[in-house]
Amino acid sequence: MIEGISIYEILTLTSIVFFIGIYGFLTRKNLITMLLSVELILNASAVNFVVINTYLFPENLQGVYFSVFMVAIAAAETALAVAIIINLYKLIASVEVKDTETMKY
Amino acid sequence: MERVLFYIVALIIIVFAIKAVTSRKMLRAVVYLLFVLTGIAGIYFMVDYTFMAAVQLAVYAGGVIVLIIFSVLLVHHIELRLEVSKFSQRMMAGVVSLLGLGVTLYAIYTYDFVTSSAQGPIEVSEIGRGMLSFEEGGFILPFEVISVLLVAVMIGAIVIAKGKSLEQ
Repeated sequence: MIEGISIYEILTLTSIVFFIGIYGFLTRKNLITMLLSVELILNASAVNFVVINTYLFPENLQGVYFSVFMVAIAAAETALAVAIIINLYKLIASVEVKDTETMKY
Repeated sequence: MERVLFYIVALIIIVFAIKAVTSRKMLRAVVYLLFVLTGIAGIYFMVDYTFMAAVQLAVYAGGVIVLIIFSVLLVHHIELRLEVSKFSQRMMAGVVSLLGLGVTLYAIYTYDFVTSSAQGPIEVSEIGRGMLSFEEGGFILPFEVISVLLVAVMIGAIVIAKGKSLEQ
């Protein structure tokens, strides 16, 4: 709990970061920069889990556990995505979305 | 004091998040994302959840960002500027994001959150006990599933990244 800051302000901040991530995901044309937007989205929601836990239900720890799991899954997702991107670059020498046709099959 | 600090961190997060999704240099976008992640670690510190802040700094700032920077260096020419999408597409994305933000903020501000009284910091020992507890409300099963998932991802990443080139 932050002294003098209500839950509304933190939720506003995380919503803004979440939708900045959505904007980036919709406008970017490169696989790596799309991955960056996904990281923004995941981080905003992990903060939401922690904040709702500590402000509304401080006697429970469920949100805390889920934020830890989210970080683990996000790290796993990034590792796999980077592996796929590097493999794709070896195949077609590009990481632009419009060149990515071999993944369709 | 904490109020001012929160607003400064929030401003840093929002400004660098916007820079990260609009910058036309890929490596710079990654570095801007690093600032955002560090700012979010600051938020975790402020809500007295120091374990998660340390995890955030170690896993994201230390691991994920380095991984992404390596992949940028491997697949991208640094001096190349990213192509931007069409103006109409950017406008559409902006309108969709703003609409979604509006709906979310409306839902948040019309809901009456009942905040509990202040409590102490979240202890790491308590988190560890809860994660390994197999009694009611324990999280041993997801904990084990995550460990299996991490092993699977490690093997999968090695297999995929080794790959075959098109000629073979």
